[in-house]
Amino acid sequence: MKTVVGLVAVLLFVVFNALFLTWLERKVAGRMQRRIGPQEVGPFGLLQPIADALKLLGKEIITPGCVEKSLYWLAPTMIFIPVLISFIVIPFDATLQVRDINAGILVILAFSSLSVLSILIAGWGSNNKYALIGSIRSVAQNVAYEIPLLLSLLPIVMMANSLSLKEIVVAQKGLWFVFYQPVAFLVYFIAGVAETNRTPFDLPEAESELVAGYHTEYSGMRFALFFLAEYTNIFIVSAIAATFFLGGYQGPVLPGIVWFFLKSYFLVFVIIWLRWTYPRVRFDQLLNFSWKVLIPLTFINLLITGGLLKL
Amino acid sequence: MTESVKAFIRAVWSLLAGLGVTLGAFFQPPVTSRYPRELINITARFRGHTKLIAEKGNPGKIACTACLICLKNCPSGSIEKVEGEKREGEKRKTATTYILNFTTCSQCGICVEVCPFDALAFSADFNPVGYRREDFYYDLVREFEKREVLS
Repeated sequence: MKTVVGLVAVLLFVVFNALFLTWLERKVAGRMQRRIGPQEVGPFGLLQPIADALKLLGKEIITPGCVEKSLYWLAPTMIFIPVLISFIVIPFDATLQVRDINAGILVILAFSSLSVLSILIAGWGSNNKYALIGSIRSVAQNVAYEIPLLLSLLPIVMMANSLSLKEIVVAQKGLWFVFYQPVAFLVYFIAGVAETNRTPFDLPEAESELVAGYHTEYSGMRFALFFLAEYTNIFIVSAIAATFFLGGYQGPVLPGIVWFFLKSYFLVFVIIWLRWTYPRVRFDQLLNFSWKVLIPLTFINLLITGGLLKL
Repeated sequence: MTESVKAFIRAVWSLLAGLGVTLGAFFQPPVTSRYPRELINITARFRGHTKLIAEKGNPGKIACTACLICLKNCPSGSIEKVEGEKREGEKRKTATTYILNFTTCSQCGICVEVCPFDALAFSADFNPVGYRREDFYYDLVREFEKREVLS
């Protein structure tokens, strides 16, 4: 029963989060370019994403003639599953968590790598060169950045002595882990931005080269599902960073859930901020950066952490 | 070794500097205006379509004497028809019709420059719209009279 209620709540949150983030993204982008951003629909343009969602819902669902039908159908549905499952283990507050699985972080990491599969399916099933190139890039990129992502979380697991997200938060009662592990935090954040396919690592959907990348052939509500998954992934990456490095729901005065959302949305803001600051990297730079810089760095970090913990 | 360390520090600094620029812009007021709700000032040298202006020291009387110099000098032939009549007690004619075909006008300003009576000027009308081509055949005398009534 608790799980069902939790899932419904998570579904609602996913939708509202995505609506809010599209608004935030456009507003922040506007302000950073000295524009105003959405303003006309509702106060401060807050109802703009709802208008956009209605537009997407009302559109005809088009299946192009030459696509691999079953795969084309499967991909948008499948990209949504890992997104939902990740929310089950995230502790929003001391008592607000759908399920405290004792291998929580493993669940998130295992399922988030599933989203690569659905991107590949989307690219292959679309039967379109841009979509295929986009999905190939996405796979290479995600495989490369999954490793530093994992390795940067390992020192935290070692320090907290647990894989459960709740116990990791509890372990940060004194000092946040970001002060013990600044390098791991930085590497995690970079790898997380790359995992969500955001600028400066948005090669899978590079508009100037690949039209829209893997979701070129999708329109209407199916496109909206990809969009929803992308924005929810941004939140998940930020939420995990907040949980692992910034003390999760812990903080003075304000209730835990407020602290959790403050920290998460601050990191979301930073991700948006990065997008409107940096240009896209080249593909060889992208892969070199992961294999030659981030992965050795995380290994050294892991070694030092292990050594210090043993002492 | 020290060179590469320096290069690394420079690179990191440039990344942070970039973030600083965008954050600085984020906290500054926007430079755009919400167009249909707010209008910015139109500069004095803005070139809308031409308009007829009044004689110096005699507001309310069109300075144009229908001498046709502008009509003959227009490179696009956009000034279709200029007519005038001589009124009682006046030395020169006064324009009664001045048809400007704005669809072919390129706002080059030759008509404004050649006018010996300084009867022409650019208006500040920046957003003329219409459903038909004929909507852009302006009778500048009628417009002058309309402005007079309004003022």
